[in-house]
Amino acid sequence: MTLWFVFALMTAAAIFAVLLPLGLRGSKPSQGSEATVYKDQLVEIDRDLAAGLIAAGEADAARTEIGRRLLAAADPKNSPPLQSNQALRRLAAVVALVGLPAVALAVYLPMGSPRLPDFPLAARSRAPDAQPLDGLVAQVEQHLEQNPTDGRGWSVLAPVLLRLGRYDEAVRAFRNSLTYGGESAERHADLGEALAAAANGVVTAEAKSEFDRALALNADEVKASYFLGLAAEQDGRKADAAKIWHAMLDKAAPDAPWRPLVQAALLRVGSPAAPALSDQTVAAAQDMKADDREAMIRGMVDRLATRLKQNGDDVEGWLRLVRAYLVMGDRDKAKSALSDARQAVANDAERLRQLNEGLKTLGIDG
Amino acid sequence: MIVEGGHYALVLALALALIQSTVPLLGARWRDPALMNVARSTALAQLLFVGVSFAALVTLHVTSDFSVLNVYENSHSMKPLIYKITGVWGSHEGSMLLWVSILALFGGLLAAFGNNLPLSLRAHVLAVQAWIASAFYLFILTTSNPFLRIPNPPMEGRDLNPVLQDIGLAVHPPMLYLGYVGFSISFSFAIAALLEGRIDAAWARWVRPWTLLAWIFLTLGIAMGSYWAYYELGWGGWWFWDPVENASLMPWLAGTALLHSALVMEKRNALKVWTILLSILTFSLSLLGTFLVRSGVLTSVHAFATDPTRGVFILLILCVFIGGSLTLFAGRASRLKQGGLFAPISREGALVLNNLFLTTACATVLVGTLYPLVLEVLTGDKISVGAPFFNLTFAPLFVPLMAAVPFGPMLAWKRGDLLAATQRLTAAGIAALSAIALAWAWARGGAALAPLAIGLAVFVIGGAITDIAERTGLFRVPFAIALRRARGLPRSAWGTAFAHAGIGVALIGIVCETTWNSEFIGTMKPRDTVDVAGYSLTLNGVVQRQGPNYREQVASFMVSIDGEPLSTMTPSKRSFTTRGMSTTEAALLSRGFSQLYISLGDSSADGGTVVRIYHKPLVLLIWFGPVLMAFGGMLSLSDRRLRVGVPKAAKALRGLQAAE
Repeated sequence: MTLWFVFALMTAAAIFAVLLPLGLRGSKPSQGSEATVYKDQLVEIDRDLAAGLIAAGEADAARTEIGRRLLAAADPKNSPPLQSNQALRRLAAVVALVGLPAVALAVYLPMGSPRLPDFPLAARSRAPDAQPLDGLVAQVEQHLEQNPTDGRGWSVLAPVLLRLGRYDEAVRAFRNSLTYGGESAERHADLGEALAAAANGVVTAEAKSEFDRALALNADEVKASYFLGLAAEQDGRKADAAKIWHAMLDKAAPDAPWRPLVQAALLRVGSPAAPALSDQTVAAAQDMKADDREAMIRGMVDRLATRLKQNGDDVEGWLRLVRAYLVMGDRDKAKSALSDARQAVANDAERLRQLNEGLKTLGIDG
Repeated sequence: MIVEGGHYALVLALALALIQSTVPLLGARWRDPALMNVARSTALAQLLFVGVSFAALVTLHVTSDFSVLNVYENSHSMKPLIYKITGVWGSHEGSMLLWVSILALFGGLLAAFGNNLPLSLRAHVLAVQAWIASAFYLFILTTSNPFLRIPNPPMEGRDLNPVLQDIGLAVHPPMLYLGYVGFSISFSFAIAALLEGRIDAAWARWVRPWTLLAWIFLTLGIAMGSYWAYYELGWGGWWFWDPVENASLMPWLAGTALLHSALVMEKRNALKVWTILLSILTFSLSLLGTFLVRSGVLTSVHAFATDPTRGVFILLILCVFIGGSLTLFAGRASRLKQGGLFAPISREGALVLNNLFLTTACATVLVGTLYPLVLEVLTGDKISVGAPFFNLTFAPLFVPLMAAVPFGPMLAWKRGDLLAATQRLTAAGIAALSAIALAWAWARGGAALAPLAIGLAVFVIGGAITDIAERTGLFRVPFAIALRRARGLPRSAWGTAFAHAGIGVALIGIVCETTWNSEFIGTMKPRDTVDVAGYSLTLNGVVQRQGPNYREQVASFMVSIDGEPLSTMTPSKRSFTTRGMSTTEAALLSRGFSQLYISLGDSSADGGTVVRIYHKPLVLLIWFGPVLMAFGGMLSLSDRRLRVGVPKAAKALRGLQAAE
C-alpha cells in the first residue's frame, strides 16, 4: 500500500511541475533577447578601446556593424507580442491532469512488478533459510574433508556448489556422490549438467557419456534427455534435437514444470511445440539456464576472438577458438579462424608447430 | 520499494518528456508565455525523476539486490564498493540510464541557467531536447529496462566483466557521455533555429558555451579512455583505430570544427548555414557512435550488448533524428540570410580552412569505420580497416592543419596580412628548425620523418606562445606593462593558446612513443635480468595473492639504472572465478614524462613467466596534451563574457579584433 501512496505522491509532483507555470499569471517572464547581446558587444568595444586593445578607427567600424545588427534585432516584426491563450492553457492542464497519470500507468503496469518487495543482500542474509550460506558450505566442506566417503554429504553439497557457480568443485562433488552414494540415473544426469556448466554450457563428450549412462539406467530421466537434445543442437543436428524434445513433451505430464523450457528450446531449433507458450514461460525465466548459457558462450567466444585479433601470439587461445566454433556448429567461422591463426603465428616456427599439433588432436589436419 | 520507485520515476520522466516536447511548441506558436514556460518546469522535474531513478539503481547495486536482473547479471556481493557503484554503468542498461540522466542534466541546466535566452528560443530548444529524451526513454523501457525483476532472486550475482573492474570505469564513461550528450544541446539549438526561421550572431553567442562544455568533457573522456586502454589491456598501445574509438573521435573532430565556426558566426555573423549543419552533424555522429556500440554490429571491448532488437530500435532513432533534421535543414537553410563578407586571407578564412581539414579528417574516419560494415552487409566479406589506412589518410590531413594552426590567431578579422603574421611567427619557426636539428642529431634510428614531426609540434607550441607574447607586447613594452596586459587579456585568448599548445604537446608524445619506443618480450625466471633502454630489470619472484573477488599472481621487479636501485614494480595477472576470466594489471613507472611499462603474460610449465617490458619515451605527453586542451577550454568557458546564465552581466563579445 505504501508503494502506491509513494507513486501517487510522485505523480502529483509531476503534474504540479506542469501546472505551476500555467497558474502563474500576470508576472512578466524573465527573458533575454538579441538586443541584450549586441548591447553587451558595444560595451565590450568601449572596454577594449579603453584598455588599448583596439584602435579608435577599428572601434568605430565595429560599432557601426554591431549597431546594424542591433537595429535588425529591435525590429518589432521579428518578435510579435506575447499574449495569453486561456483555451490552450486549459487544454494543457487537462493533458497534465489526465494524460500524464494515464501514460505513466499504461507504461508502468505491464512492465513493473509492484508486488515484489526489495531483496537487498542484508535482508536476505537475515532470512532464516537462505544465508549464511557460505558458512554452511564451508562447514559441510570441512566435514567432508574429514569424512570423504560420506556420499550423502557430497550429494547435499554438490547442487549448492553448482548453484553458486563453482562448477569445477561441483563436478568433483557429484563424482564423489556417485562413488560413495551409489549409482543412480539422477546422479549421472546431475554430474553431466555440472560438466556442461564447467565447459561454459557446451555438452562435451564427457558430459554426454554421463547423460547416456543416466538414460540407460532410467529411460525417462528428464534432465538427461533434455541435455542430449542440447548436445544434438550444439552439434548442428537440429532435427535430432527436436525429435528428442518432442518425445519428452509427449511423455510428460501436462503440468510438468520444465515444459516451457523445452518448448522454448524447440522454438530455437525452429520446430515449435504444439501448444503455444504458456504464462509459465515468464515464471520459468529463471530456469532458462540453457538459453542464457548459450548467450554467454557466444559472448565469451566473441571476446576470445577479439583478444586474438589484437594479440595473435596465443596458440592455446586460437585452438580454443577453433574448437568453440566447431562445437557451435559454425564450420565456416572455424575455418576462417584457422587461417587467421596461421597468419598470426606464421613468423614463429615453434608456435606454428604447436598450432598444427593442436589442430591434429582436434581432428582437423594441418 | 526502491526498485519499483525507481522504475516508476523513469516512467514519469517519459510522461513529462512527452509533455515537454509538445506543449512549449504550441506555446511558441501562439505566443503564450505560460505555455512556453512549461518547458522549463518540466525539464527540471524530468531531471529530478531521472535522478531518482538513477539513484535507485545505484542503491540497488550497492545493496546487491539480486531480485533485479541487471544487478544479478553485473554485480557480485563481494565486489569492492567502488566497483559496485561504477558497475551501474558497466552494463548496457545502466549505461543507457546514465545517458538519459546526463541528457536530462543538460536540459535541466539549460532550464535553470538559460535566463538570457529569448523565451521562444528556450521553449523550442527544450522541446527538441525532450524529443531526444522521449525516444531514449522509450528505448530503455522497451528494450533495455534496468528495473526488470527476478521473482526468486539467486543467491549470488554473475559479477562485472573483470576488464571493467577498474577506476577507469568511474571516470571514462561519465566523461564521454557528458561530451556526447552535451552536443545534443547544440543540436537542439540548431533545430530550434530552423523551426523558428531566425538565426543570427546572438544565436552563436548562446550556443557556444554549451558546445565548449561538451567539447571539454569529450576531450577528457577520450584521453581518459585511451590511457585506460593503455594500462589495462596490457600490450602498451594507446589508440587502436578500433571502430568504437573512431566513434568517439568523429564527434570530437566535428565538434572542434563547430567550436571554430561558431566563433566566426558569433563575431562576424558569417558561416551561419555551415554552423547549423555542423551542429546537426556533430550530434548525429554522437548518435552513430551510440548505435555502433549498442547494436552489436561491432565486436570489440566495448560491445557488451548484443541484441538485435536494440540495434533495430537505435537504428530507427538514428534514422528519424538524422534524417528528420537534415530534411528540415534542406528545407529551411535557404531562408537564412547570409552574413558578413570576408577576404580569403583573414581570421575567418583561417577558420574556414580549419573546418575544411577537420571535416575531411572526420569523413575519412567515418569511411574507414563504416566501409567494413557496409562491405560485410553487401558481400559478406570480412575485412578490417586498421592503422595503416588511417595513418595514410588521417595524418596527411592533420599535418597541414597543424602547420596552419599558429597562423589563425595571428590574422585579423575580415582582412588579414599573411606576410605580417609570418614575420611574427619567425621565432616559432626558428624554434621548430632547431628542434628538428636537435632531434636529428640525438635520435638513433626510427623513422626519418619523426624529427620533422617534432619540429611541427614545436612550431605549434611556439605559435601559441607567440600569440600571447604579441598580445601582451612582451619584449616590446616594459615587463610590468606586459604583465598588466597579460592579466587584462580575455581568458578566451589564454584558452586558445593553451588549447593550441596542447595539440603540439600531444603530437610530441605520439611521435616519441611510436618512434623511439623500446621493448623486450620474452620468458623470465626468478633472478633473471634484462636491460631495456638503459634500465636493468630483475625479476625477484612471483607470488599468489587473494583479492576480494579474484586471485592474483603478482610479480615483483627490481628496477635499477647504472647499478643504482631505483624502484620496485609489481605487475600482476588477476583471475576472476565467477566469470572465468583474467585481466592483466600493468605496472607503470613514470620518470619525467617517460614510462617503464611491464605486463605479465602466461606462465610456462618450467616456472618461467612471459613478460613484456616497454620503455616509452615521453608517452605521458600524449594525455597531457588533451588535458592542456581541456584546460584551455575551461579558461575560455570561464571568460566572464561567456559565462552562462547570469542575466544582465557583462557578456558581450570582442567585436572586431584588431591585429595589434
